[in-house]
Amino acid sequence: MTPIISLSHVTYAYPNSDAPALRDLSLTINKGEWVAIIGHNGSGKSTFAKLLNYLLAPDEGEITVNDVIATEENMWTIRDMVGMVFQNPDNQFVGATVADDVAFGMENRGVPRDEMISRVDAALEEVQMMPFADREPARLSGGQKQRVAIASVLALQPKILILDEATAMLDPTGRREMIALVHELKARMGNDLTVISITHDIDEAASADRVMVINDGELVETGLPAEIFANADQLRRFGLAVPFAEQLKEQLRLRGIDVPNEYLTTEGLVTWLWQSISTK
Amino acid sequence: MFSNMIIGRYMPGDSWIHRLDARTKLVLSIAFIFVVFFANNVIGYALAGAFTLLAIMMTGLGVGVFLRGLRPLVLLMFITTLLQLFFVQTGDVLVHWAFIKITTDGVINSVIVFVRFMLIIMFSTILTLTTQPLAVADGMESLLKPFKKFGLPVSELALMLSIALRFVPTLMDEAQSIMNAQRARGVRFNEGSLMARIKSFVPLLIPLFVNAIKRAIELGDAMEARGYRGGDQRTKYRVLTWHTRDTIAIIGFLIFTVALIATRWMM
Repeated sequence: MTPIISLSHVTYAYPNSDAPALRDLSLTINKGEWVAIIGHNGSGKSTFAKLLNYLLAPDEGEITVNDVIATEENMWTIRDMVGMVFQNPDNQFVGATVADDVAFGMENRGVPRDEMISRVDAALEEVQMMPFADREPARLSGGQKQRVAIASVLALQPKILILDEATAMLDPTGRREMIALVHELKARMGNDLTVISITHDIDEAASADRVMVINDGELVETGLPAEIFANADQLRRFGLAVPFAEQLKEQLRLRGIDVPNEYLTTEGLVTWLWQSISTK
Repeated sequence: MFSNMIIGRYMPGDSWIHRLDARTKLVLSIAFIFVVFFANNVIGYALAGAFTLLAIMMTGLGVGVFLRGLRPLVLLMFITTLLQLFFVQTGDVLVHWAFIKITTDGVINSVIVFVRFMLIIMFSTILTLTTQPLAVADGMESLLKPFKKFGLPVSELALMLSIALRFVPTLMDEAQSIMNAQRARGVRFNEGSLMARIKSFVPLLIPLFVNAIKRAIELGDAMEARGYRGGDQRTKYRVLTWHTRDTIAIIGFLIFTVALIATRWMM
């Protein structure tokens, strides 16, 4: 496994603030991995995302993206490799229509028009937004706008896709569709795409390869989703939600039912429940 | 609350005029404002009126739509006409009552002003009704290009214009929801004295401004993240193409101009 992103002792404080938003952060993310970053509001997750494509520059420490050190000279090289989808679907829609928005990043890079047209079509096809190519943002739903945002990142063929709470403002359907879409992309591109998803959504985090917990600007926990989510007390201490299956397990335990200790998904718990009842 | 406005609204269609290049329509709309002033007699105005009517018919939208577009400006047209009627004091006196003196020149002038007003508004409405705002922005950029030499940041202006246009509906929606939210808290819009009315808009404007600034910051981040760094090395996805019909439209307009100037010597 080759690391694609590594941070060593990164500290960042916003101007005019007393406490740093991120403190002495060191971590590595491997090529092709899907990492979920969780943490309560104001824990520094979004700051972390912005550091990764040099929207913010670290005060101390060093960030390396695909062997390129994040410095001002390398800023545009890094932004070519890191694509970002932000939280608010309205505020990141630059173009006047769907196709214009997808083309915006390529316009910035001076891609010739013929190539631009074929890449816009391909990217819209990929997120199933082709019939909407001429639509204006005001006539799209939140979920559709976010799919356009993904398409405009894909058109730039990035190595790393960062979802900075990209599903936070969507309804449950839009959220599920979007996660399914990213899963599909990931399955198709395999190790060529690294996904970093910054989220509050437990289900989204549970589908990652690895979960990192950031609390008050520090990396406090990293591990498989099963390891992180099995520890309900700790999740509560960090101000995070506990998955439904874990909540149910706790309630069952209170009623004297002996449930397994390891993490179970909702489906896993259903399987365990019917097995244990029918064997009684 | 803005739903009755016809000015600046785009009406989709597929007429010959709809398919004209935005640049053609922009240039002709501006040129028309100047050309109308060549008319100085009945024949000239009849010609200009006929030309405008022809253009309106060609949009396929119906004259009614254009007349509705005049409605918000009726008061302004009326006042200007009245001013002409009462303050032009030359020519033969028609009515003289107390301090009011209406003269033949006054009547003629007020009719002329009224007709000019109508023609200019109707003709410029053709541009906005048949051209997507985005195409207007593209057309402006392309027409302003020569001024780049004089240091005018044309591509930046065009980007600002297209972002502004793209955010109009978004901000309208937001204004509406802030208004409703403030109403739910007991703010009364459009009620009470002038001062009270002005004050009632503070709880609408401040959140709207603050949110606009937040939006701008986020949009800036999103643009930078997608590699925007301004300047001229950008390529363009959207290009304007010049068709034969644009040349025909320009030639048609030139013939009209010549004919209109000719009417000055006919009487």
